[in-house]
Amino acid sequence: MNIIDDIILHSPALIVAIPLLGAFLTPLISKINDKVRNVFVISIVLFTSAIVLLLANDIYSACGKIHTYVFGGTAAITEGGFAVRILFEVDGLNIFMAIITTILAISGVIYSWAFMKENTGLDKYYTLYLLMIAGMFGMILTGDMFNFFVFLEITSIASCALIAFWTSKGKAVDAGFKYIVISAIGALFILFAIAILYGQYNALNMAVLASNIQFSFLDKIALVILISGLAMKAGIVPMHMWLPDAYGRAPASVTLILVGVTQASLYGALRMIFTVYGGKLTTTINQIGDVNIDLNLLLGIFIVGLALVTIFIGVLMALKENNFKRMIAFAAVAEIGYIILAIGAALTTVFSATDPRTGIMALKGGIFHILNDALDIGLLFLVAGAIYYATKETSLNRLGGLARNMKYTTIFFLIGLLAVSGMPPMNGFASKLMIYESTYQVNPILSIIAILCSILLLAVFVKVFHSAFLGPKLPKFDNVKEVPKSMLLAMGIIACIIIFIGLFPDLVVNNIVQPAVNALTNNSNYINNVIGGI
Amino acid sequence: MIEIQDFLRTLGTNSGFWNPLVWGIIIVIALLIAYIIRGRGKKEYKKQTEQTKVFLSGNPELEKEEMHIKASNVYWGFMESFKWLYTGLEKMHTGNVSDYILWFVVVIGIFFIILGVI
Repeated sequence: MNIIDDIILHSPALIVAIPLLGAFLTPLISKINDKVRNVFVISIVLFTSAIVLLLANDIYSACGKIHTYVFGGTAAITEGGFAVRILFEVDGLNIFMAIITTILAISGVIYSWAFMKENTGLDKYYTLYLLMIAGMFGMILTGDMFNFFVFLEITSIASCALIAFWTSKGKAVDAGFKYIVISAIGALFILFAIAILYGQYNALNMAVLASNIQFSFLDKIALVILISGLAMKAGIVPMHMWLPDAYGRAPASVTLILVGVTQASLYGALRMIFTVYGGKLTTTINQIGDVNIDLNLLLGIFIVGLALVTIFIGVLMALKENNFKRMIAFAAVAEIGYIILAIGAALTTVFSATDPRTGIMALKGGIFHILNDALDIGLLFLVAGAIYYATKETSLNRLGGLARNMKYTTIFFLIGLLAVSGMPPMNGFASKLMIYESTYQVNPILSIIAILCSILLLAVFVKVFHSAFLGPKLPKFDNVKEVPKSMLLAMGIIACIIIFIGLFPDLVVNNIVQPAVNALTNNSNYINNVIGGI
Repeated sequence: MIEIQDFLRTLGTNSGFWNPLVWGIIIVIALLIAYIIRGRGKKEYKKQTEQTKVFLSGNPELEKEEMHIKASNVYWGFMESFKWLYTGLEKMHTGNVSDYILWFVVVIGIFFIILGVI
């Protein structure tokens, strides 16, 4: 066995351990000088990313392959039959989310180099930044419920401190406080749900729980609490109100990672619904006349309802908002709505015995849109940060004519604008097309509302383009220059990926989205990979 | 190794397909046609002359900052028409963290009712 095989074998643990170790070493390295610290942090993130890519290559090498890493042993379950060992179980969905996190983390640290340069306390900033990345990877890779809660808490605490990083601004501290209240309450509910499941099944392992779950009265309570807690962390309307506060006040480099944190919570909800409760989704829970209402149908309709409200309110609030970052935050809420619309539509149809193709297409569109949303919204936040860096303004009412001074930033904004509005040939169009088509087959009204809101989203960013970039060159911005190269590089990386995915969507759908969809629709692989090891 | 045909393969949906490369080629052809039509237009246009100056019906030219339409004025008509809706939405977004939690409790309550727990 060579060193690469060794790294792949231990990769799930290394992906979390390296940024965690890096976080604790950062204050020490900072004592040398700032440049060495920045190089160290970027190296840590790049090294972690390389391991993620190695693991991804391993997972994608065989159809349906799952990489299980058991801490402190080889088998997930001890000889007495106790599922007490912590394990990381990486399938197509986990690695898909890890790839998204990797892209965001690389762009974020490169962007931070120049963006945060003028700030003090950067040793703490980078420590928290790496902690947040480690927490996200942990949430995404773990196969253990309690471990998931621990990483959720690590991510929340690091995120809260970073949201309030600009402590001189009272609103940043206020946003940080709101975030920690919301996160703590959400996490406590999730912990309560985990305790309910542990009390019944004597296990915390997701696969073991999935194989044993009975969908009893207590299981129903646990499901409601788990999904609601994670939905609040994902910013689904009407539990989204913390999101514009947090996204709007955090430094842009932090907001980029927060987009990933939100999606990690969404991943958690998907894992709970499709894997832990996956075996019981077709359980009939209500009967009205001759019509049986299965859990998947009920959940699907409820999620579609939430999705429509999320899209509608997100877009309408974005249209009204004049603070650049808060506006993008509301657009991010709407984009989350598109993802859950696809998931809700998929739930209603994917278990159909006659034609599951619509559900599969909806799920593909939804999963694909998770990647596209992270990139598009992430790029727009970086552009907003670049404008703040150059002008110290966030209000769109006080901006104008910046295209004359900031040509590259303008181009990156245009790419983000087209992508997030679902304009061809950008990546957002490909995923939204899949969502529109599949939801149309579920109910045409759904896709009509989705398309109308996407047009409104275009109107939102046309307003930004007009008010910030177009118009005469304002005298107060005469001295404004293009942002430093590291910030342009970070935006450039995301913009290139957006264009690449836009031009070759099939490549992405077939190679990384399809395995994630397979992982969701077939939870028996996930279960057997652990249970089979007894 | 990824083959060239993998790059060119289109994104298939249940009802059709999407090929951004074909779309790009069509856009380029359309732009080319537009450029040819433009080339057949009038030749009297002269740069840096009176022709290019903004005509403001005899009014004096405003300061640059005053000429730029502010973000809050864009879509003013839309906002006025939907004032009733925005008034409700603003009431919902109080900025008070207690209200945020209240919405969370409301969603949990609805979810409990839907799943038949309550």
